[in-house]
Amino acid sequence: MTTQTNEILRVSNLRTYFAVKSRGIIPRTVGQVKAVDGVDLTLAPGETLGLVGESGSGKTTAARSVLMLVRPTEGRIELDGVEITSLSPRALTPVRRKAQMIFQDPYNALNPRHTVGGIISAPFKVQGIDPQGGVKNAVLELMERVGLNPEHYNRYPNEFSGGQRQRIGVARAIALRPKLIVCDEPVSALDVSIQAQILNLLRDLQREFGIAYLFVAHDLAVVRQISHRVAVMYLGRIMETASREVIYSTPLHPYTHSLLSAVPIPDPARQAHRKSRIVLHGDLPSPIDPPSGCVFRTRCFQAQERCAIEVPPLVEMAPGHQVACHFPISVEDLPARVEVQAVPADAGREATPDVSTSSVQ
Amino acid sequence: MIEERLTRASGSLDRPFLSVTDLSVAFPTEDGLVQAVDGVSLAVEKGRTLAIVGESGSGKSVTAQAIMGLVNKKAAKVSGEIWLDGQELVGLPQAEIQALMGSEIAMIFQDPMSSLHPFYRIGDQIVEAIRAHRSIGAAAARRETIEMLRRVGIPAVERRVDAYPHQLSGGMRQRVMIAMALINSPKLLIADEPTTALDVTVQAQILELISSLQQEFGTTVILITHDLGIVADVADDVAVMYGGRIVEVAPTGVLYARPEMPYTLGLLSSIPRMDRALLDRLEPIRGNPPSPIHLPKGCVFQPRCNYSDRVPGQACLTVRPDLLPSAPDHFVRCHLRVDEREQISRDTLRVLAGGAP
Repeated sequence: MTTQTNEILRVSNLRTYFAVKSRGIIPRTVGQVKAVDGVDLTLAPGETLGLVGESGSGKTTAARSVLMLVRPTEGRIELDGVEITSLSPRALTPVRRKAQMIFQDPYNALNPRHTVGGIISAPFKVQGIDPQGGVKNAVLELMERVGLNPEHYNRYPNEFSGGQRQRIGVARAIALRPKLIVCDEPVSALDVSIQAQILNLLRDLQREFGIAYLFVAHDLAVVRQISHRVAVMYLGRIMETASREVIYSTPLHPYTHSLLSAVPIPDPARQAHRKSRIVLHGDLPSPIDPPSGCVFRTRCFQAQERCAIEVPPLVEMAPGHQVACHFPISVEDLPARVEVQAVPADAGREATPDVSTSSVQ
Repeated sequence: MIEERLTRASGSLDRPFLSVTDLSVAFPTEDGLVQAVDGVSLAVEKGRTLAIVGESGSGKSVTAQAIMGLVNKKAAKVSGEIWLDGQELVGLPQAEIQALMGSEIAMIFQDPMSSLHPFYRIGDQIVEAIRAHRSIGAAAARRETIEMLRRVGIPAVERRVDAYPHQLSGGMRQRVMIAMALINSPKLLIADEPTTALDVTVQAQILELISSLQQEFGTTVILITHDLGIVADVADDVAVMYGGRIVEVAPTGVLYARPEMPYTLGLLSSIPRMDRALLDRLEPIRGNPPSPIHLPKGCVFQPRCNYSDRVPGQACLTVRPDLLPSAPDHFVRCHLRVDEREQISRDTLRVLAGGAP
């Protein structure tokens, strides 16, 4: 079934909308939440794509849609050359062998009534696979590989700490040697000392088995540590995508600049001498009623009239570096300090955010 | 300076603004005694910010709750002294603690819904907080509420003051909670992971808000967090907690420039850094944090420490180390010799900066 391709995943024009129902005995659809609104992604074997954004940006919905855990409203998803959005749930089962998921909350992702052995052997049973040497041996090997004590085969999830539970989740995800693992905030619920252990484990497994990761996270430092390429999402759309080096050193989208400048640096001396600090006031607009034109324009320090009218397309600025902005700005041109007062999304078309900048160092 | 404060904290009349001496909190459970806080001593001068850093289970939140008088005395054994502005808090009757809470001391939590009532309008809740502590008319209290909500950056205040908490976004609720905490100009604000549930852009707003309000009102702040980035941004002094004990205290600049306790070094090596060259692998602390029921007998960090074999006579296994001065401002709870610690610190920081090990 597979066609020759050098991509493990190709997502084109993915849209996932959720209906907003009215209250009452007979609910009617009164609107749509455009959680994912036209996202394109590609992923090569053994590569990690970091998908970052704030809460409400649609990154988790996009990740779940890729695995068909949420049915997308529109778009194509090719997993290892197979188009999967048109497949029936039954026809999806063999496809799922190739793509697995690691969840954010290791406490809710594991059935508390199943033993660790039962949890990790579940993928073999669901797929009807009998590995050489039997399922139990395979599970013991997996436990060993992810740093769990194989003697704990018969224990229950509540007997493990958060970090160990996440290891159980990782063992289950790699059990069938998938080509793609979607990781949804896999370390954000863990303590920092444990976070680093799991990040190292994921990287080692990638090198050993050539797994591609779609790595969803809000922590930009974590994403930098693990990703080869990064895509920045805002209100259901991709704002900027580039290689890790480019995103973190020479980004062009005002939203990427804002995100990077908001990350606190664990060094007081460097924190005080940051080149630029962009303070965005206000929150993400509601995805039920997103701003017209560019969705970021209500909080953008570069916003002009044109941004309210035209949706900026994702344009290739350099090989592999795509930006969806009418007025991209380079790091050198950033003022030392920018304060942005958000305008409400329903304000007039000519309304642009109230921006105060200072360039005095 | 801290040494001075610590010695002053123990006994003399000239106490710092807040001093905590030998605070211990233990919860008896079916499985054994949970020693959540184990002999914590702290001192904070007026108007300064102390950050307490630690991972889950380190006792940082329980320490804050004990200072607030929020630890249930029926369920826990609390011992030690807490002096705030010349007043001893441990053992104070419940009525007097309640009078202090919200006026002299206020606390903000990670989850704003833990301090906002879902059934009442936010304005009414803040008005109630004012009138519980001051005799002031309803109209005046409402004016004050609107003014404070505006100060914390709530847009369209006249409309929002009559909103219910569920009608506001997470960042907005956090602001309402901060407004409520600061409405009576408390002398001490305890912020327990105030931005952990928020996005980075909103986190930056909230941190700027707390520090600008602090400068204005001269509030003393205790910031409890696991995020070393936030600490570097806002704190004057830092106390690192592990296994219920303070393992290192120093002014913020010193702690980041010359951390000495192997646990602090481990934390700094564990976090991915945006401001430094990318390391191929992070250097995590091995193993897991200790169970608070079975804390190690000697140094609580010994089972995860890479350097305990350098201490002669296996002291780390058996002898509990004291929090001792390494420099005038810098206290470390470690059996290693000072010169050894300094060497380890220099080596670790060089690796972190991207140099050869």
